Amino acid sequence: MTTREWLQDRWVTASVAITAAFAVAAILLGFVILPLLQGNRLYANLWDAICSAAGVLTRSVQTAIVPPREPVTKVVLTPTMMQPADADAIGRGATLAQNCTTCHGARGLSPADAPNLAGQYPFFLYKELKDFQSGARVSGVMQPLVDRLSDRDLRDLAAYYAYLPRLPAAHAGEQRPSIVIYGAPLRGIAPCGACHGALDYKLGSAWLEEQPEAYLHAQLANFAKGERHNDIEGVMRNIARQMTADEIAAAAQYYANTPPP
Amino acid sequence: MPVNKRLILAHLWLAFAGFAVALLLGEWQMLVRSPLHAWIGDPEWYYRSVTAHGTTMAYVLPTLIAMGLGYFIAETSLERPLIGVRWAWIGYALAVIGTVMAVIPVALGRASVLYTFYPPLIASPFYYIGIVLVVVGSWIWVLLLSLNLYSWKRANRGKTVPLPMFMITAGSYLWAWTAVGAALELLFQIIPVSLGLVNTIDAGLARVFFSWTLHAIVYFWLIPTYLAYYTIVPRAIGGRLFSDPMGRVAFALFLVVAMPIGIHHLFEDPEIGAGFKYLHSAFTAVVALPTLMTVFTICASVEIAGRLRGGKGWLGWIGALPWRNPMMLAVAFSFVMLGFGGAGGLINMSYQLDVTVHNTQWITGHFHLIFGGAIVIMYFAWAYDIWPHLTGRALDCDGLIRLQLWSWFVGMLILTFPWHLVGIFGMPRRMAFYDFTDPEIARQAVSVMISVVGGAIVLLSGLLFVIILLIGHRAAAVVPPAYRYSIALHPPQRMPAVLNGFGLWVALMLALTIVNYGFPIANLLSVAGSPVPAVRVGDVK
Repeated sequence: MTTREWLQDRWVTASVAITAAFAVAAILLGFVILPLLQGNRLYANLWDAICSAAGVLTRSVQTAIVPPREPVTKVVLTPTMMQPADADAIGRGATLAQNCTTCHGARGLSPADAPNLAGQYPFFLYKELKDFQSGARVSGVMQPLVDRLSDRDLRDLAAYYAYLPRLPAAHAGEQRPSIVIYGAPLRGIAPCGACHGALDYKLGSAWLEEQPEAYLHAQLANFAKGERHNDIEGVMRNIARQMTADEIAAAAQYYANTPPP
Repeated sequence: MPVNKRLILAHLWLAFAGFAVALLLGEWQMLVRSPLHAWIGDPEWYYRSVTAHGTTMAYVLPTLIAMGLGYFIAETSLERPLIGVRWAWIGYALAVIGTVMAVIPVALGRASVLYTFYPPLIASPFYYIGIVLVVVGSWIWVLLLSLNLYSWKRANRGKTVPLPMFMITAGSYLWAWTAVGAALELLFQIIPVSLGLVNTIDAGLARVFFSWTLHAIVYFWLIPTYLAYYTIVPRAIGGRLFSDPMGRVAFALFLVVAMPIGIHHLFEDPEIGAGFKYLHSAFTAVVALPTLMTVFTICASVEIAGRLRGGKGWLGWIGALPWRNPMMLAVAFSFVMLGFGGAGGLINMSYQLDVTVHNTQWITGHFHLIFGGAIVIMYFAWAYDIWPHLTGRALDCDGLIRLQLWSWFVGMLILTFPWHLVGIFGMPRRMAFYDFTDPEIARQAVSVMISVVGGAIVLLSGLLFVIILLIGHRAAAVVPPAYRYSIALHPPQRMPAVLNGFGLWVALMLALTIVNYGFPIANLLSVAGSPVPAVRVGDVK
């Protein structure tokens, strides 16, 4: 068929006309008539209504941005933000770490219920150090210690502690608590193990195995109360708030690997 | 008669072998998340299994069925050997390599992202590249169908294209265009991240691209089923096809409106404006038309068979139908499941009603009923009908075939009805663990357990299907008569030009794509700062 024949074909004209008429009617209804019928004065004028129906991003006239009450983390985590550590970085980190041994131990294993840093993920270490610096994570001890350190210092410290051998997770034959492997779906709690190891690891999560029980317990309690608030998008605050006291105790005990009483 | 029988059998066997394995995985998933089984303890195994099940059932099975049947239809309806057999084997090889390439990372736990990809989850690049290879293999098939059709047209000027060839080619064009959405998502968004070239991805845009594929792919799955309704069923039960042009109009409508409606999968996604959701919802309503036309035409065709067999009165023809004929059973079961599934679909496509079922088990129940039920049962029917023509051996086990079709039908209903129900109760989908000891969801336990039983029946029925096909390879050799398709009540004498080709329909499909998808995609592309960090699955723990 030639173009001319196409244009004269009744099937062609009818099909195109019906399709176009349907599309125009649907567009009129969806973009003009229905938004105007809403009647909730969301739109300043007709053009506003059309833009909104089309999905153009505009700031709604009715909402103001509520700033968070306390400082939150400014660290953006990406899989490539921590370059593979070289020996120099680890060596510099080891020197800087002389300042940390009182609490975190000579080889990153704490004798004093401070977190064990040996073998901790470098992403997590770096983020926490940054958060202590910015005040997103509050600690009267840590803040003055990291205050004057450069970004490179923080990266070197993270590299050094990540390099140290971690304590093995020894849970031989032990039944894992349900909060660790099931979470509590009806309260919106993902299993601890889905991010912190045991099941899976998610970037930015801490290695929790063999951390002191008292420390883990205190952190969960602080998240629940909102006193610790440097978790990205409030993930841990939302989880800890929903956890029962028994679940907090069970999770802390499991990861600390303390024998049941 | 089909000439390239090995080519067609190779496609169908790869499809059915994958189907059997995926069926087993599906039932395992039903079982381990039900109250009948202790929790496996690691959700990763569950998602790994779901990914393998979905990838095989959604990509490998229907694509290879459509390809194999496409070659069969090209040879039998055009009554000449396939042009480009070597290219067909290359397409098949790509599908095999792609399948193996995709399945290995899934099995290793490096690709537990489900078949719908769900960025920002990012899997091993081999998984995505494997799927791309399957799709590229199928694009070769699209080109070959076109080539064969136009070569036939050149040699038969003025003649009407046989209905089966018209329909399968319409389906292939639908597939070619609908696969473009996922291809754009994979090639420009996901694979660069998966290869480590980029670390962030615009998940909202990726979902829009996937929605481009996600609804029309369902109609691509459905094409062989509707083909069987129109071109096999009336012949197999001794009737006439009520209307040949009606079938062409239905398939032309699928081509035009199956694709520009995918945003109804994104009703709850905030990155799409309500106007476009409405527009897609309105066009989704139109896509019910070709199905309603098909139901009418096929019921009328079946009625002709009933009356030819002596049925009288308003409903007397129903009793006169050949109910022991497997094809009669298959089409009846398929229609029942299509009816319930279609009714559910009308709920899903309604902007407001969808809110109540979104992301619940209702949706999973829905697509299992439509795809696993109404569509796949006609894949079985196809296989039973053409098997003697491919193997050169008789398939004399109507009793087993009836048992297989009955058990699939009953199993599917037992599987999917409670599945819908728990969805209405609010049971979310895509979760690996449900705490049925919690009083809030304890009452859903019974429904979930009934579904597991239904799944077991479906699994046994699926295995029986494979056994019947194997029996078909070892039965007594016969020389089957020439393969025939349904004859229309009024065989077409003069067909309007638009119903003998695809130009108009493809043009309308492209135009509606631009109208319905152009702005949302351009809008999202223009938003700065929307990409989010990728979450790589299966990284070393």
